[in-house]
Amino acid sequence: MPPVTAAGPGEPIVVAEDLTKVYGDNRAVDGISFSISQGESFGLLGPNGAGKSTTMRMIGGTLTRTSGTMRVAGLDPAERGPEVRAHLGVVPQQDNLDEELTVRDNLIVYGRYFGLPHSYLRTKADELIEFAQLTEKAKAKTTALSGGMKRRLTIARALVNEPKLLLLDEPTTGLDPQARHVLWDRLFRLKEVGVTLVVTTHFMDEAEQLCDRLIVIDHGRIMAEGSPRSLIREHSTREVVEVRFGAQRNAAVVDQLEDVATRLEVLPDRILVYTDDGEGALEEITARGLNPITSLVRRSSLEDVFLRLTGRTLVD
Amino acid sequence: MTDSSLTDPVVADSVQDLQRLAASGRVPAPEVMAARARRWGWWYYVEYWLRTAKAWFQSILIYMVGEPLLYLIALGVGLGTLVDNGVGTVDGVPYLVFVAPALLISTVVMSTGGELTYPVMAGFKWDRLYYGPHATPVTPAQIATGHFLGVMIRFTVQAAIFWAIMVAFDAVPRGVLVSALVIPIGVLSAAAFGALLQAYASTLQDEGYQFAFVQRFVIMPMFLFAGTFFPLTAMPVYLHWIGWISPVWHGTQLARQVTYGAVEPMWLTVVHVIFLVALTVAGVLLARRSYTRRMGS
Repeated sequence: MPPVTAAGPGEPIVVAEDLTKVYGDNRAVDGISFSISQGESFGLLGPNGAGKSTTMRMIGGTLTRTSGTMRVAGLDPAERGPEVRAHLGVVPQQDNLDEELTVRDNLIVYGRYFGLPHSYLRTKADELIEFAQLTEKAKAKTTALSGGMKRRLTIARALVNEPKLLLLDEPTTGLDPQARHVLWDRLFRLKEVGVTLVVTTHFMDEAEQLCDRLIVIDHGRIMAEGSPRSLIREHSTREVVEVRFGAQRNAAVVDQLEDVATRLEVLPDRILVYTDDGEGALEEITARGLNPITSLVRRSSLEDVFLRLTGRTLVD
Repeated sequence: MTDSSLTDPVVADSVQDLQRLAASGRVPAPEVMAARARRWGWWYYVEYWLRTAKAWFQSILIYMVGEPLLYLIALGVGLGTLVDNGVGTVDGVPYLVFVAPALLISTVVMSTGGELTYPVMAGFKWDRLYYGPHATPVTPAQIATGHFLGVMIRFTVQAAIFWAIMVAFDAVPRGVLVSALVIPIGVLSAAAFGALLQAYASTLQDEGYQFAFVQRFVIMPMFLFAGTFFPLTAMPVYLHWIGWISPVWHGTQLARQVTYGAVEPMWLTVVHVIFLVALTVAGVLLARRSYTRRMGS
């Protein structure tokens, strides 16, 4: 098989330096730098409004940056927008399929925007419909599709030009768990054949599932960077005990928990006890007669990393 | 069928199929795709527009045939009989012949109020349809031009149907061939007003209730006071400006020359054409700039 792109695996396909976008007084993206390698699955994790989508749009050159540099496949998207976008597949946060057109026509119309001939698009549309598991809906109007189906069609549409780089902005927001897993499976398979994925998400499980490496963004700045596992190792303990004592008692109990934990986070509804030995910590808490209403021992996640870095939860 | 490869769908999940999906080798280099889009992006959007138009073409066809019939029967034949019995002729011709070219221009120009208002809002806001092509090598300026030209194709069909009905009503004394020039004149008049309307619509952030205002206080006065039903000179001088700034009047005066040979000084004919072309060019440029700004920020 021919390689997906001219650049080999591991070579950077996106390089951003000191990227900044200012709207009036708001520094939506505030001097961030990152590099994405060919074949990698790269995540931008952060709460809503952190600057993820803004960053994504500057990669495709559909949003002008205030300052900093950006190179996509060696080109500046601000100057060579059409050339850069010819390399890309874009899955926007909000679907913008034409609901009056059929599934198939949505793919063909989109392919034409890349100057692709009908002879190519006729067979390509069938392959993409197959990939999106929409064969039975090929001739249906898009308005008849479920949310998950529309997302899969949007992803299929983004693949019509066989892009090196697929940009996915909140790909599974609004989908039910089953639809999310189907979608993740589709994305895994693309990654397996060498498509570079860039994913923004405010779901930690999505980031953990999909991303080899990610940056955690808050208020337009990078808070941390690394693989999900290394971020958890670096910024959290191995395990977490979640205990609830009821809103009244939580504050009173905190003092008695301090020496049980490496670190404590007090949330409105629960206390997070960070420790490398969750069961042991829970036994100790029970032995002290604190009797939590509910308790749960779990592994640390990116949610904990985010909480540590920003003092806030991802999804409020 | 015995050959299972013909009946069974291709399973896209084999590695080979996926590799073909990701890199079939049938896609030109990105530079080539970008070069095509730079050259033809506006046309790709016209193609898209025409594909969506297929869905509503039947209903719009009934409207495009029905509207000229209603207007020509009511005003040309009905009111025309009254006028012809009363004052004889208007501008030297029967009232039907006088009013028909004006009705063609007016109805086509008025159609901009539906085509280049709410659909523009849908593109930016309601269905975000413009943002699909925006993520491709096609530029916002090309989207603006493509949308505009798609609508102009529709107006060409609309003007041609109206003209054919005028021919059937025997309202084209200068003959079928020359009178067919009302078709491009009608499209040019609609372009002159429509491009500006599109540019204006592209600046609106809210729900577009301004369009009702445009309909009532811009489009209707143009229809009523721009020399459609009576010559501009029949109105008091202080109202003539409505005609002079109105694409409907300039278009109507041109249309009357080609359908029944209305007489005008040469310079005035030139002014009509220049006015309509200048408005079109200005409108398209403004729309392109507005689309580029709105989509890039």
